[in-house]
Amino acid sequence: METTRLIIVAVGGQGNLLASKVLGEAALIAGVPVRMSEIHGMAQRGGVVESAIVFGEAQSSIISDGEADILLGFEPAETLRAIKRCSKNTQVITNTAPVPPFTVSVGLGTYPDVEEIKKLIKAKTAGLVAIDAMALAREAGSPMSVNIVLLGALLQTGALGFARDVVEEAIKRRVKPAFLDVNLKAFDLGFTAAANA
Amino acid sequence: MHKLLQDSPGEKIMLLGNEAIARGAVEAGVAFATTYPGTPSSEISLNLFQMSRETDLYFEYSTNEKVALEVAAAAANSGLRTFCMMKHVGINVAADPLMTLAYVGVTAGMVILSADDPAMFSSQNEQDNRYYAKFGGLPMLEPSSVAEAKDMIKAAFDLSETLKQPVLLRTTTRINHSNAFVTFGEITPRKTKGHFVRDPQRCVTVPAVSRGLHVKLLEKLQKAGQLSETSAFNLIQGEGPLGIIANGVSFYYAADAVKDLGLEDRAKILRMGFSNPMPEKMIKDFLAGCERVLVVEEGEPFMEEAVKAFAQEVGIVIPIKGKSDDLFSRLFEYDPAMVREKMAAFFNVAYTPGPAVDTSDIPEIPMRPPNLCSGCSHRATFYEIKQAAKDMDVICPTDIGCYTLGFLPPLSTGDFVICMGSSVSSSCGFSKATDQKVVSFIGDSTFFHSGITGLVNAVFNNHNFTLVILENDITAMTGHQPHPGVDMELFGLSGHGRINIEKLVRALGVQHVSVIKPFKVQKSIDTIKEALAFKGVSVIISQEPCALYTKSLKLKTARPFVVSSKCVDHKDCITTIACPSFYLDADNRVAIDANTCVGCAVCAQICPENAIRPLKK
Repeated sequence: METTRLIIVAVGGQGNLLASKVLGEAALIAGVPVRMSEIHGMAQRGGVVESAIVFGEAQSSIISDGEADILLGFEPAETLRAIKRCSKNTQVITNTAPVPPFTVSVGLGTYPDVEEIKKLIKAKTAGLVAIDAMALAREAGSPMSVNIVLLGALLQTGALGFARDVVEEAIKRRVKPAFLDVNLKAFDLGFTAAANA
Repeated sequence: MHKLLQDSPGEKIMLLGNEAIARGAVEAGVAFATTYPGTPSSEISLNLFQMSRETDLYFEYSTNEKVALEVAAAAANSGLRTFCMMKHVGINVAADPLMTLAYVGVTAGMVILSADDPAMFSSQNEQDNRYYAKFGGLPMLEPSSVAEAKDMIKAAFDLSETLKQPVLLRTTTRINHSNAFVTFGEITPRKTKGHFVRDPQRCVTVPAVSRGLHVKLLEKLQKAGQLSETSAFNLIQGEGPLGIIANGVSFYYAADAVKDLGLEDRAKILRMGFSNPMPEKMIKDFLAGCERVLVVEEGEPFMEEAVKAFAQEVGIVIPIKGKSDDLFSRLFEYDPAMVREKMAAFFNVAYTPGPAVDTSDIPEIPMRPPNLCSGCSHRATFYEIKQAAKDMDVICPTDIGCYTLGFLPPLSTGDFVICMGSSVSSSCGFSKATDQKVVSFIGDSTFFHSGITGLVNAVFNNHNFTLVILENDITAMTGHQPHPGVDMELFGLSGHGRINIEKLVRALGVQHVSVIKPFKVQKSIDTIKEALAFKGVSVIISQEPCALYTKSLKLKTARPFVVSSKCVDHKDCITTIACPSFYLDADNRVAIDANTCVGCAVCAQICPENAIRPLKK
């Protein structure tokens, strides 16, 4: 497999670490080398969290600005903030449901218009798939499954080169049995929604 | 069974770097482990703690890093394989025992792990702890990957036993917090009961003994240098006249860059994994085959300066560069593109970086700084202190923990912090050097770590300030580890003592001690005012368990609040306490997110209209 560099940006608590672990497990099943890097600690107190996942032969475990092949954003403003990690060849997948930062609530900033966010990302990258992952997660049965909805959308784009059943198997291995059905449904809803996005 | 205890050699599993390190320690037969938690090292100890509950591995959360190292030093001198881990600045706290333990040595393998944090993701500085190895005369190993970290731990124990010296293992955040596949190895059986053999000529460091020990230390260091020459951790990859010397994660950035720039036939990389003492002969031979040499190392020019000195000794005058204005910086962490670009420039290879995305038309995106959690008791305490002291000119020394975030607006409480425990001692200085009122903040775990000595000093020297001890019953910031004031029954463990902070503070001779329950706002403000009025040392203990921890243990049922129609839109709640459960609804009016509100009721007590009410079920 050619080296594929994927960045996930999210807000603390959105489950990006589980999403990374599922993709890591998928790489193991598919026999693809993988290295992942994540940020813990104070950054998790409601701040931005980022995972970098490098699939293939490159040995570094972090991704430089401008070098992500795929950007998976769990929150639209954070996806836009991470645009510097992209090039014109980057495939972007984003959730369109905002999690407004607290600075907006206290009047220290204005949340950008989501349509404007989509327009900007589309103009600067190879492609954008934008879905309301929160609505789909609720439909699947839990707002906590936003992360898996977005993995479904990621798989639909084909940017990662994994077969769908590989990722579903990885979900089975990584998700607690009690939440498995919800997450498999979430994955399917994301996968289908991205086809029509 | 804990996943890291599985006796299944050959099994491939995805592990966090810190899990791999914990597994490596288990495979090495570690019997005794001590720590004080600190990011990015915390998951190593967390996993060892969990495993100790299922096995005869001894693990303890020690009061601070100095204590942890001293406890460990005794075990390693009683014949037990011992592992002591901490974050980089923890080594500063442990530096006193470290420097002389280097003289004394050990009788069984001892590994001391320093988790450095280039770029300061979760730290107050980015000091480069390779210098501690040089400073103390101790061998140091540095892994470049997660899988290697696991194997290196085992090798470090063997090396320690060969030299009868503690071995430093230095990681960086990008090792600790990376995930990769690791293959399980055999688990060496643990030897869990030791025996101390008296050896005062080695273990009692009076001057006459230490003079001899320093001689022995240098002999051991010389032997370590010979081992470094042949160590598999110091390896050369590739060949050609262009030389690269790299360590840690920089090695892989450099290896990727060599490939990306098409330099495979022209460049060779010396990877330094056994980095103190450096393999002098190996480096001199490497330099002899190079036209120019690039040193790729995050942090300080530790290898670069040594390599230049070696070159001078053998009269090699080729360009050797690393840190300089036009190459690498001593600041922050490196990344693959940066290394590629600098390497291309230094070796004069054509390289055009990919076109950057034009960000000139990107609108300003509101910042998302970290914030105290919904229902965090620290928020209430900071608010109450601000109210009680609103007419005073106050200096607020603070300390290291979640509550450091109190310095952010709108709480804006926190004026000075340099290290663990500094809130108390710096208050002593501020109160003498100025006429300003001093109110300082320290968490319970940090108070046990290194706040007590400062308080003793304050009482003895009759200083004048108010210390607020934020007693939330856990070490919250690093992921809910216990501390000496915690009820260990909550962890399902019996037989632990428990130190009562109020009794301790009274016993130290503090004249004015009060306890507040910070969710009772007015009562707390009244009590704080009395403490502030006291001349001398006063201590306020603010007692309320960490909201996140309470939630994870399901100790309390959340009882969310709601903004009622009585609200006249002062927005006092949102602008003064900034709880993340507040948001502005479609009509730009304050609302509360019932999913995250835990029902601390602080906002309800602040609202002048009594408009914030419990949500009816």
